[in-house]
Amino acid sequence: MPSTHASAARGNKMTDPVSSASAPTPVVTITDLQISLPEGADRPYAVDGISFHLNAGEILCIVGESGSGKSMSANAMMGLLPDLVSPTGGSILFDGIDLLTLSETQLLDLRGKRVAMIFQEPMSALNPLMRIDDQIAEVYEAHGLLTPSERKKRAIELLTEVGIPEPEKAARAYPFQLSGGQRQRVVIAMALALEPDVLIADEPTTALDVTTQAQILHLIADLQKRHGMAVMFITHDFGVVAEIADRVAVMQFGKIVEEGTAKEVLDHPTHDYTRKLIAAIPTLHTGDASAPIETAPALEVIGLTKSYRSGGGFFGGPERIVHAVKDISFKLGTGETLGVVGESGSGKSSVGRCLVRLQNPDAGSVLLDGEDMAHLSGEKLRTARKSIQMIFQDPFASLNPRSKVGRIIAEGPIAHGTPSKQAYARAAELLELVGLDPSAIDRYPHEFSGGQRQRIGIARALALEPKIIIADEAVSALDVSIQAQVLDLLDDLKKKLNLSLVFITHDLRVAAQICDRIAVMQRGELVELGTADEIFNAPKQDYTRSLIEAIPGRQRELEAAS
Amino acid sequence: MLRFIALRLVKAAIILIAIVTLNFFLIHAAPGDPAAVMAGEAGAADELFLQQLREQFGLDQPLLTQLWLYLVGVVQLDLGFSYRQQMPVAELIGARLPATLLLTGTAFVISIVFGTLAGVMASARVGKWSDTLISTTALLFYATPLYWVALMAVLLFSVQFNWLPGFGYETVGGNYEGFARVLDIAKHLVLPATTLGLFFMAVYMRMTRASMLEVSTLDFVKTARAKGLKKSVIQRRHIFRNAMLPVLTLAGLQAGQLVGGAVLTETVFAWPGIGRLMFEALAQRDYNVLLGVFFVSAAMVLLFNLITDILYRVVDPRIRAS
Repeated sequence: MPSTHASAARGNKMTDPVSSASAPTPVVTITDLQISLPEGADRPYAVDGISFHLNAGEILCIVGESGSGKSMSANAMMGLLPDLVSPTGGSILFDGIDLLTLSETQLLDLRGKRVAMIFQEPMSALNPLMRIDDQIAEVYEAHGLLTPSERKKRAIELLTEVGIPEPEKAARAYPFQLSGGQRQRVVIAMALALEPDVLIADEPTTALDVTTQAQILHLIADLQKRHGMAVMFITHDFGVVAEIADRVAVMQFGKIVEEGTAKEVLDHPTHDYTRKLIAAIPTLHTGDASAPIETAPALEVIGLTKSYRSGGGFFGGPERIVHAVKDISFKLGTGETLGVVGESGSGKSSVGRCLVRLQNPDAGSVLLDGEDMAHLSGEKLRTARKSIQMIFQDPFASLNPRSKVGRIIAEGPIAHGTPSKQAYARAAELLELVGLDPSAIDRYPHEFSGGQRQRIGIARALALEPKIIIADEAVSALDVSIQAQVLDLLDDLKKKLNLSLVFITHDLRVAAQICDRIAVMQRGELVELGTADEIFNAPKQDYTRSLIEAIPGRQRELEAAS
Repeated sequence: MLRFIALRLVKAAIILIAIVTLNFFLIHAAPGDPAAVMAGEAGAADELFLQQLREQFGLDQPLLTQLWLYLVGVVQLDLGFSYRQQMPVAELIGARLPATLLLTGTAFVISIVFGTLAGVMASARVGKWSDTLISTTALLFYATPLYWVALMAVLLFSVQFNWLPGFGYETVGGNYEGFARVLDIAKHLVLPATTLGLFFMAVYMRMTRASMLEVSTLDFVKTARAKGLKKSVIQRRHIFRNAMLPVLTLAGLQAGQLVGGAVLTETVFAWPGIGRLMFEALAQRDYNVLLGVFFVSAAMVLLFNLITDILYRVVDPRIRAS
């Protein structure tokens, strides 16, 4: 990249943000960009003739569901497309140069320096074997800037700027010693290192807890203003759009279906797809049936406690104890949906696993039909397991890839003595019940989409005719529109089969939509338990309040309501 | 770290005692009376002589007493006496150990260096003809039985071309001194070491290739690319270092076999090492020697296990912390 252009871009940055808002200067102009997929993909083009521009000093959100081509467009700008995927048409003009025509060497000069990128998975975005400051210093090293000692000094300055506590210590740490939010801050620090003109953020908050998400969004918006960068923010979440976007482009099947200012798109969406996406977001409005159900409890949990031990062992050594669940008690009414919400590490999944005895609780009891699930063993436990079943988070990992769907569903009943023929017939019925074609019985899990697989997972859980279903983040891995369908299905099945549901989720919007009562967990403790209405409209605890305030897009919803 | 090593040494000692005990009982479970074998070898077999032999070697004592005496001896590095060879076992093993370590050590270095190198090269050219060539060659080495490769190597390089000596540790009656002797031994070393190394070379190659390819799809590699780092730097600093972790595990396993793993090669190439000593001891029912070889092999496995674990802690900070 010739350096004369750099000075021109620096000039752009100096432009007064107010005047640039009235007369926006495009930093990046994408025209008719076309990216082809390898043969045999479900469509010929990942990105099919999209055009948009990214203005100096603005945050443009590209919104779409998985497979819409939003990440592909971002990677094309960096020249970081996967091997089998290549741009086949159009141009990406940056600073008067078409990025698609640059050689790899020219791109090397651009990456990290003029255009920087942050990624979705902070847990895996850093090299686990390198210290933080070494990884930041690499950015300068790659572009032959500064001396090694200056690089380390800058690393600490950058870490300070992105708000990492004890930056000197963090600089010498390894990635595994930092939390997810802190790692994402490190990645942002790296991206900022050379003051790029354009920052591409590919779902940077999707993997984070709500409160951390709110902090990172705030940080990105703040840095964008301070450094006058243009930010291209890719997300699937309209809540995030409402928080951060100046302008929005909505993508579907590789095309831009709608583009406009954030206000226009959110308040007056013109395209059906946009409307559908916005409608699919669970609102914070807590339904109408959120009065507590005064029925006989289907499940009663008393004093449930679970801790994990590591280290120690035969020869002693320091033992580390993590108290995952601390003395938790609640009742689950028959036909009720109880939400368990909390951030990662709050112990909500451990509660679920103890309820179905995937893990043995240290203390406490789980009363189900007068029997204490927590202390059953052998044949009695096997029988009791039938009445309480689980739906797992990851539809891709929770089904055995080598088993046909019919077997996955029928396996449980057969293990409990149902004749094979009858179990398979029931499996076909269940598939129909969850909205799949009964012919699915002879197919393998990989032939289904994420949403369909989650339906198979639900059918599997229902096969044993349980009274209680534990859904552990059952819709978290799904796109919003699919999420809405699966939530509807669960609600429908619950009524039809008179099930009681424990719904574990980190997503408060989902909890608001489906739950009658909600239990809020923090560091293994039950902080607050109340009807959905009480929790969202009159939270008693500070922690609950902070969780709710962190929900992206909440402010806008409140304004819209008033 | 010191505490870790100390703990591991204590554990290793306990395991070693358990292994020695187990081996001891296994050997004594074998049918036949060692005294009778010894007497047979000596050419006399009257009852009195047998009785005398049993007393001399403590074979008339209860088994547990024998075990105790043996364990006490092992602790003092006294591995008993080989009646057949008329030498203390420890001395016998000590004389053979250098040859074996030279052979297996060389094979180890050859396999790890060339194996990982080939793996890195193949992964960098994945799908191209050079990758296919490297992978196919490795598969060939991997699938061919060791003894066959050994015999073919002898046939080709020493019988046919007469380039390299086909057996022995050094030229008999050569009386080389100094550097000439080193060169002579090195020449003798080429065929057995290469043969022995081929299998693991293939394993390292496949492992390195698979591991490099897997690591190169990880997110942090994309982060590194987004920094504008050159491909070679990413390969070396980000991919290679992470890809070496599983290879290290394998190297630890191979290193454990440094003493006991060369029986076949040593036999084919008439290499005067521990492997052949063990083979001969087995054929001659020289139980004390057999027990001694087992003990040294077990001690080696434990030692290299420990070294692997220490290296792991040096390379991977996550293990250091846990």
